[in-house]
Amino acid sequence: MTVGGWIVMTLAVGGMTSLLGWCIYKVIATPGSTEHLHSQADIETPDVEED
Amino acid sequence: MNDLDTNKEAWGSRVGVILAVTGSAVGLGNFLRFPGLAAQYGGGAFMIPYAVAFLLLGLPIAWVEWSMGRYGGARGFNSSPGIYRQIWKHPIAPYLGTLAMVVPVMIYMYYVYVEAWCLAYAIRYLFGEMSFGTDPAAYEAFFNKFVGTGGDGNAISIQGEGLLGSAMFFLGICFVVNFVLIYRGLTKGIEWFCKWAMPALILCALIVLVRVLTLGTPNPAHPEQNILNGLGYMWNPSNGGVTLWQSLSNPEIWLAAAGQIFFSLSVGFGIIITYSSYLRADDDIALSSLTAASGNGFCEVALGGLITIPAAFVFLGVAFVQNPPGTFGMGFVALPNVFNQMIAGRFFGFLFFFLLFLAAVTSSLSMLQPAIALLEEGLGLKRKASVTLLGFITAVGATFVVYFSQGLTAMDTIDFWVGTFCIYVLATIQVILFAWVLGVDRGFEELSRGAEIRIPPFVKYIIKYVSPIYLLTIFGFWGYQQFLATPEDPTQLTRLQQLQGNVVVQMSIGFILMVVALFMLLIAQSVKRWRAIEAQEYEVSP
Repeated sequence: MTVGGWIVMTLAVGGMTSLLGWCIYKVIATPGSTEHLHSQADIETPDVEED
Repeated sequence: MNDLDTNKEAWGSRVGVILAVTGSAVGLGNFLRFPGLAAQYGGGAFMIPYAVAFLLLGLPIAWVEWSMGRYGGARGFNSSPGIYRQIWKHPIAPYLGTLAMVVPVMIYMYYVYVEAWCLAYAIRYLFGEMSFGTDPAAYEAFFNKFVGTGGDGNAISIQGEGLLGSAMFFLGICFVVNFVLIYRGLTKGIEWFCKWAMPALILCALIVLVRVLTLGTPNPAHPEQNILNGLGYMWNPSNGGVTLWQSLSNPEIWLAAAGQIFFSLSVGFGIIITYSSYLRADDDIALSSLTAASGNGFCEVALGGLITIPAAFVFLGVAFVQNPPGTFGMGFVALPNVFNQMIAGRFFGFLFFFLLFLAAVTSSLSMLQPAIALLEEGLGLKRKASVTLLGFITAVGATFVVYFSQGLTAMDTIDFWVGTFCIYVLATIQVILFAWVLGVDRGFEELSRGAEIRIPPFVKYIIKYVSPIYLLTIFGFWGYQQFLATPEDPTQLTRLQQLQGNVVVQMSIGFILMVVALFMLLIAQSVKRWRAIEAQEYEVSP
């Protein structure tokens, strides 16, 4: 592995981990996050109730 | 309830939100497709366009798609053609949403098949049928036999292996599981899967990662096949005599990197726009989408990138890594070798592939929702009728992919033209509609409503100028390279040459065009119905 490889790996892995860490901090520090934050998985489509 | 209990509950709910949001984005794209593409485009060199695409395309266009969806939902539309028609009052606008139907429906056709491979490997580990000794080539031979890369029609079953050797049998199971869950609308369990099964998958991947990083040189006969060189192949900017500049001057690497970002973030897929149309006006979309994107990026780069390619390099050598069996195939050959070298490898093999199967199911369940939304609001069909129609169309497509298994040509052709090219075009359409038709200020207002984070104003300029120019420039260079320029390397076929010289490629593209035509007809019918409804409403209250 070259020096360039170590740099690319450190930046890529470190960058993604830091961004995820910051997002987790923001979610934890945000009051009412459980009410307002959503993922695709928890959005219910209203058509399910119609049938 | 005392303060301590309240705090504990609040903490538990927030952790639940984090797990659900980050877990929702994890799927086959992270652990299987990303390593396959990174290997194909030179390892470390691929990471540069990948990082640029994540920052300048993935994140901004994810925000664009979430905002457009909520904007359309507030005006009573859930399908992309309906939402585009609300944003742009032009007769052509709903037809721009054709790809938002075609992309998820056609990706579903082969995604469910790769899902079936995961299930098959998990079940085979459970029954102790995945031990082929210490020769890495035996695992490659098994995979090739299982998916039938040797000839068309070979994926039906491996002779003498019964149902456990039949990719078709496992595809049937996956198709039925998906169909029943979508048909009955059992979406409530999906959130639970994302909360608990996805973190379990990440934990399992971390354990596998530790084993990969401690592999050393498993085969003393090939001292060059060691873990450091494996990591080098994944991360070194120049590999195998190809310089960084040579890699970056190929427009297809930029197109593929953007396509991978879109694929794994589900951006330009047509799915997010439909799901976000069901949100309330004051729900957050800014932090939600950023958290999902970062969780996805972490799994892809820190886990997918550190596990699959280095393991494939160590066990199978550079020749295999440079020419993997299809975009999704590398993990199915490399990872069983790792499990074979682990304590309790059979258990971890089962756990990893089973959790990956669950992750894939949570993704595939959402893929038909954009088309279901169109059939419901455009043609007035009920959910169950819509699912039945789509079940038939996707079954035909999946059978096509399974039958034309030689060299996995049908799957790779559809994956490139739909999973990269069409996604890329759709993302371009969306960002232009948002920035230049809806208006970036109005769009930003929608994005900022209920946002739990402040999006910096410079993102407006990225969305308005940088992302569209970036997308159109790469597209122009790629089109020139593939269709007009004379290839520098005569052994590397351009997409046009592949189309001219291979019947399966021609049939695959013909099939894609048929699905495009079908959805254009459905959109035309929907537009007629919407006009009739609007005319009636106008008569009632002029």
